Amino acid sequence: MTGFTFAEKVLAQHAGVSEAHVGDVLDVEADVMFSHDNTAAIRKIFQQLGAPGILHPERVVFTLDHAVPAPSTEHAKNHAEIREWVKQQHVEHFFEVGRGICHQVISEEALVLPGQTIFGSDSHTTHFGWLGAFGMGVGRTEMAALWATGQLWIRVPEAMQITLNGKLQPGVTAKDIMLEILGKLTVNGSDYRSIEFTGDTLASLSIDERPVIPNMMAEFGAMNAYFPPDQVVFDYLAERGAKDYTPIYPDADAVYQERHAFDVSQLEPKVALPNQPDNVVALGEAVGQPIQQAFIGTCTGGRYSDLAAAAAVLKGHKVKIRCVIIPASQQVLLQAMKSGVLTDLIEAGATITTPGCGPCMGNHMGVPAPNEATISSGSRNFKGRMGTADAPIYLSNPYVVAASALAGAIANPQEFMS
Amino acid sequence: MKVWVYGDNVNTDLIFPGKYTYTLKTEADIAAHALEDLDPTFAKAVHPGDVIVAGRNWGCGSSREQGVTSLKWSGVGVIIAESFGGLYFRNCINQGVRPIVLSGLTELLKTGDQIEIDGDTVLVGDQRFIAPKLPPSVQAILSAGGLEPMLQRRFQASTTI
Ligand code: SF4
Repeated sequence: MTGFTFAEKVLAQHAGVSEAHVGDVLDVEADVMFSHDNTAAIRKIFQQLGAPGILHPERVVFTLDHAVPAPSTEHAKNHAEIREWVKQQHVEHFFEVGRGICHQVISEEALVLPGQTIFGSDSHTTHFGWLGAFGMGVGRTEMAALWATGQLWIRVPEAMQITLNGKLQPGVTAKDIMLEILGKLTVNGSDYRSIEFTGDTLASLSIDERPVIPNMMAEFGAMNAYFPPDQVVFDYLAERGAKDYTPIYPDADAVYQERHAFDVSQLEPKVALPNQPDNVVALGEAVGQPIQQAFIGTCTGGRYSDLAAAAAVLKGHKVKIRCVIIPASQQVLLQAMKSGVLTDLIEAGATITTPGCGPCMGNHMGVPAPNEATISSGSRNFKGRMGTADAPIYLSNPYVVAASALAGAIANPQEFMS
Repeated sequence: MKVWVYGDNVNTDLIFPGKYTYTLKTEADIAAHALEDLDPTFAKAVHPGDVIVAGRNWGCGSSREQGVTSLKWSGVGVIIAESFGGLYFRNCINQGVRPIVLSGLTELLKTGDQIEIDGDTVLVGDQRFIAPKLPPSVQAILSAGGLEPMLQRRFQASTTI
């Protein structure tokens, strides 16, 4: 007898079977299903199916976040259609323009809990591994099927274990761990497996940093990702009124197809060069690269700790290039306002805009001109990602992004911090 | 049924080259480039009803759906492999292409040989292999030709009762 991985356990439980093994195909019950600005497109597919209506509207979440407030008539019509659908289907968990990015909002609202399943029509749904939930991105037809039936069939995935040990140095963040993993194991490293983390680093990461790694497991090609939930997570949820759940932990003798270990105690800041997130070099190798725009935001790098990190670098200086800062949610914005971080950012000359995805996928609010380089705290630097084909994107942690805003070139934050 | 036999770890780039994913749109055009970098003879010589027989980890790599649809639109309705890439398996079912997990066939067969598939039985010469059963709900998706047609049928049936 061997033990079970997190994926095997959570999927067995949600399929109502006593045991699940790699390769088994199961009908899995969804605790939460969410979509964003693509909700209207999913509605069109849903209407082809002939289903009477959304089967479990109470498990459904819609957020408007990808292009908010609407930058064009077309976007506005799309939002209007979604609002109409919300009313028709009695969807209570609907979050309007400005509330924030789906992954962040759903976490803040404690709508998904440890040991639950969450499906999103967004590839970064792996994000919810930070809470010890099973988060998986699905296609639009699959989301329509989920609305209609509340279930999705899943082949129980193979699993990979990644052990992170050691404590990060100051100025080094979870983003650097993630870039290190991608640099070493590449964007094809996961092959649609369940990536289950362990090791003493996890407990030392702040609430804001934890989601970065499961979130960017999408870049690694994971089906889902998993952090074992601890007291920090339980407290976060308790503050938000959620108590009723049962966390799931993998067995000590679970079978992992592959295991990797990283000691992060000596890790230094990293930069992903264009056009792939695994094109990773040490910060020193990228320093000096001219940059025209700095962007701090997204579901990966727009939480309070990211804004605070930027403020720590920017305080008392003036940005040399445009610096767009987009809090991941209204709560992040509010926290930054109350703590004074927002004042530091604005006094340094940064631009603050509506919580949401902003220019992350090239919709608006910071689309670069051809040949303009952007450095971003986000997750993707594919060619054309920010809306302009020949505009290279560099990815790094928020300290480096802020330092680059001051220098007009990729820079080491140490230069600006006392 | 004529088989096309391939080895281990054939990724979706080899099944359908990434450079075409945004340029080719019609079913015929997509089918015309199936397996182009692995076996340039395939697209020209494949016939409706032909079967792919492969080794381990067929369809690993990117999630692109054309990895499945390029074969489907070439007329391939069944793919037998020792194992499948996870997302590829998912795409097969949702597109109505039957994935059969079976070991031991690549050693017995070469491209151009014939096999018979009758329900769950796969006949290679006088050797019988039994395809593992899929759960009824997944079988229903396959039988309907994919996820969308399956749900259409299900809800049509429920409204006409
Ligand atoms: S911030 Fe970017 S990566 Fe995150 S959900 Fe929005 S578009 Fe996707």
